[in-house]
This record gives sequence, C-alpha cells and structure tokens, in this order.
Amino acid sequence: MSTKTIAVPKTAAGAVYDWVDERLGLSELAAFARHKTVPVHAQSFWYYWGGISLFLFLVQCFTGVLLLVYYRPGVEAYESVRQITFVMHFGWLIRSAHAWSANLLIFAILVHMFSVYFMKAYRKPREFGWLSGMALLGLASVFGFSGYLLPMDELSYFATKVGLQIPMAIPWIGPMVASMLRGGPEVSEFTVQRFFALHVVVLPALFLPLLGFHLWLVQRYGNAVPPSEEVKPLRERKSIPFMPNFLRKDLAMWLISLNILALLASVFPWALGRQADSLVPAPAGIHPEWYFMSPFEMLKLLGNVLPGEFGEIAGILLFTLGIGLWILIPFYDIKRESGQRARAAHYFGLLAVFALLATTVIGYWTIR
Amino acid sequence: MSDQVVLVDEGKLELTSEGAAERNSRRAFLAAAGAAGLLYTAALAYPIYRYLASPEEMALSATAITEVTLKDAQKLPLGSVLMFRFGPSPAMLIHHADGRWVGLSAVCTHLGCTVQYESQADRIHCACHGGVYNAYTGANVSGPPPKPLTLYKVAVNETGVEVKRA
Repeated sequence: MSTKTIAVPKTAAGAVYDWVDERLGLSELAAFARHKTVPVHAQSFWYYWGGISLFLFLVQCFTGVLLLVYYRPGVEAYESVRQITFVMHFGWLIRSAHAWSANLLIFAILVHMFSVYFMKAYRKPREFGWLSGMALLGLASVFGFSGYLLPMDELSYFATKVGLQIPMAIPWIGPMVASMLRGGPEVSEFTVQRFFALHVVVLPALFLPLLGFHLWLVQRYGNAVPPSEEVKPLRERKSIPFMPNFLRKDLAMWLISLNILALLASVFPWALGRQADSLVPAPAGIHPEWYFMSPFEMLKLLGNVLPGEFGEIAGILLFTLGIGLWILIPFYDIKRESGQRARAAHYFGLLAVFALLATTVIGYWTIR
Repeated sequence: MSDQVVLVDEGKLELTSEGAAERNSRRAFLAAAGAAGLLYTAALAYPIYRYLASPEEMALSATAITEVTLKDAQKLPLGSVLMFRFGPSPAMLIHHADGRWVGLSAVCTHLGCTVQYESQADRIHCACHGGVYNAYTGANVSGPPPKPLTLYKVAVNETGVEVKRA
C-alpha cells in the first residue's frame, strides 16, 4: 500500500517496528527466517527431538525458579522440600513436574543424540555441533546427579554416596576429588550446599552459553540429511519452509510434550522418602536412576570378571575409552559416501545402543 | 492490512450462502481455539499463582487472630514496653509510669516501619521519617503519619495480659 514516492502516515505499531528495525535489523532476521528450510524425508521425525529437548530445558528453568522460591539448602533442605510437597499449594505438582521433566529431558537428549549419530549429522562441517551436544549431555547428567541430592531423603543420600565412589576410583587424585565434591568425608549438609550452588549457578552458567553456541550452529548449517538422502540429486530432495510450516509442527510437539509432562507429573506425583539418616540402613531395592543404570551395571559386571581395585580402574579406563571413541566419531568417520568405514561407525552405534539397553535391562532385572 | 480489507470487500460483492457459511464456521473455529487456548493458559497459571500465594494465605489465617495472651506480661515494669507479634504484624504493650496499660499496633501508618516507645518523652516515635504518636491513644501527633496507630483492648490478670482487637 505504501509507495516510496508518497509519505503515507504509518500506524503506531508500524512506526515502532521501523524504529526498532533501523537499529536492530529485524527485517534481516525475518528475511533469514523466510529462507530457512527443513528437509522432508522418511527420517524427518527425528528432527523434532532437539526442539523437544530445548523445550524441556525451558520447563526446567521455569519450574526450577519456582522451587527456588521455597527451597532452603543446608540443614533445612529436607524440611523445606517437605514444606514444598505438603504445605504449599500445588508445590507437589511443581516439584513433580521438575523431576519428571528432568527425566524426559535426559531421554529426549539421548534420542536426539542417537538420531544425529545414525543420520551421520556429525560430519563436516557439523563437528562442533556434535561436540557441544556431547558437552551439553554431560552437563545435563551432572544437573541430574546434583539435583537428585537436593531433597536430602534416603534415596538421594545413598545415590550420592554411591555416585561419589566413581571419582574415588581415579588413581592418585580420586579421594581428593571425591571429598572436594562431598565437602568432607561424609555426605552432609555441606554436600547439599555445594551441590545446590552447582545446580543453580555453576551448571546454568556453563549450560546456557553452550546451548546458545549449539543453537547458533544449527542456524548456521541447517539440518543435516541422512546418507540415504545425500545420494539423491538435489532436485529430488524435498523440503518445507521453517517459517511457519516447520515451526508450527515444532510448537505442536512442544504442546504434546507439555501435555505428556502434565499427565505424568499429576498422575504419578514424585515421591519424597524419609529424611536421610546415615544410621538407618539403605532401603531394599535401592537402585540408580534409569539413565545411570547402564554405566552402574557395566561397572558391576566388570567387577565380577576382574575383582578388586584392578577391576575398578580397568572399568574406568574402559569407560573413558568408550566415551572418548563416541565423542571423537566426527574425526574418524569422515567419508561422505556410505562406504566400509561409514558402516563400521554404524555398527559401533548399534553396539552402543545394544550395550546400553542390555545393561539397563540386566540392572533392573537383578534388583528384584 | 488495507490489502486484506480490499479482498474482503471484493468477497462481499459476490457473496454466496456457501461462502457465508464457510466464514461463519471459520469464525466459530477461531473462537473455539481461542477459548481453548485461554482455558489451557488458565489451567497452567492457576496452580502457579496458588503456589506463589501460599505464604500470603498462611498470613491471612494468622490475621484472623483476634486476641493474644501474653504470659507473665503483668510483671512488665512501669515505664517500659513489650514488643510482640499480633498475628503476623508487630504490636506493643506499654506499661506507663502512671500505671496505665496501653496496647497498640507497632506498624507506622506512614510507610510501615516498626515504631519505638520512648519512655522519657512518653511518646511513640518512628525513626524512618520522624513520625510521632501519642503513647496513650495512638493518635498521630506530628510528622508524616496520616492515621493513628490501631488501639487494642488490654485486660491484665494474675497470669498475664490479654490483648484484644477492639
């Protein structure tokens, strides 16, 4: 409607937009968003999982701040969580949502990671995407481990005690590292206090810039296509615009995730055990969270084969080696066509999935 | 914006009953979707509001308290004050030099600081902005306070002092 020759009086909103646009370059962003496309193929479903992970992280930030309103670390930790769960209106729901969302977040990140792995989306130029993603997964598991202690009930107490045995197995510096994390020789109010600082300040401060970097890379390079699509000529490949087509689907996925979360959090409220007491024996059937079950079980199995300190050190070494190989995949699986080497990486991935699932099943099987 | 208006106008010119029905059903759909979205947001916002408002509600039940018994307060010396909590808010029990007992709210009516009884001047003073109250009636004497302090009923017996809302 407005032409360049005549100065047509603008609406107030238009004038504000122009003012901001002139300074921040919004129309460049809008142009960028208009040109962004997302490939469509048989494996497109897996593209949603990064977005779902992002959404659940936002849920964690939001519910985490709400819990922070009443949570008190240190000696009062258990009492304050009891208050949140049983005294404050809907406190049980907020806490339940935070705990369930933490689990769903780890699950979504794992699905995202394996889909990236099998689509070979870590190859040039996306190596940094893979590396930053692995670092984010590492931080997410430390988030999970530190958050698990904060209610200071029986389960969190023993889980932390057992979990801190893992750094103990590092040769030479192990005991020092463990007691630095623990804040003394035993899990106590000092441990809760420093895990709290880690959970709400240190980890977010590391996670957020890394997440920004990860998302920036996704914008820069776009979605990778799996090798089966890559072999097709360009004109046979299909894609949809990001704005608004893919974004709409993405938001629909967020809504579905939120509904699943709300259902789980309200129908299966997260329990609060008895207050941690080092004099009360560990409850029967105690076991790590599902996402720590596999490494726990692997170490246990290896301990049966190689008993004693040697087995512990061998376990840690083997673990470090396996994770190292996994992280470094972009540097040795570099061939673009689906040749022999590419297949080797594929089988390594299948082996990793199988080992994770098998040891998790064995872990849960042997509890009973 | 004006482009759309023009389109709508053109549509009006060749309006069929089918087109009207379609537009009505689209309008109905948008209204339903908007209502569903509002309900959804409300369902999320309600528990969060109640959660954050919990301490306020607890304080409200404390405000419902209409009397406080101060054990052994009858032993309060002449010319001195006992600060206590009346429900959630601070209050003061003054035993004047002439033997009279006075119970008053200790929240300054200006900006809510806790006021102080000064026995030498036999007055109540607020250090924040220099408000002065009468120590017998709670009347605002000078300075910024717009209203007197709330006066309570006081009953002294052998075991303590009962303070009641008037």
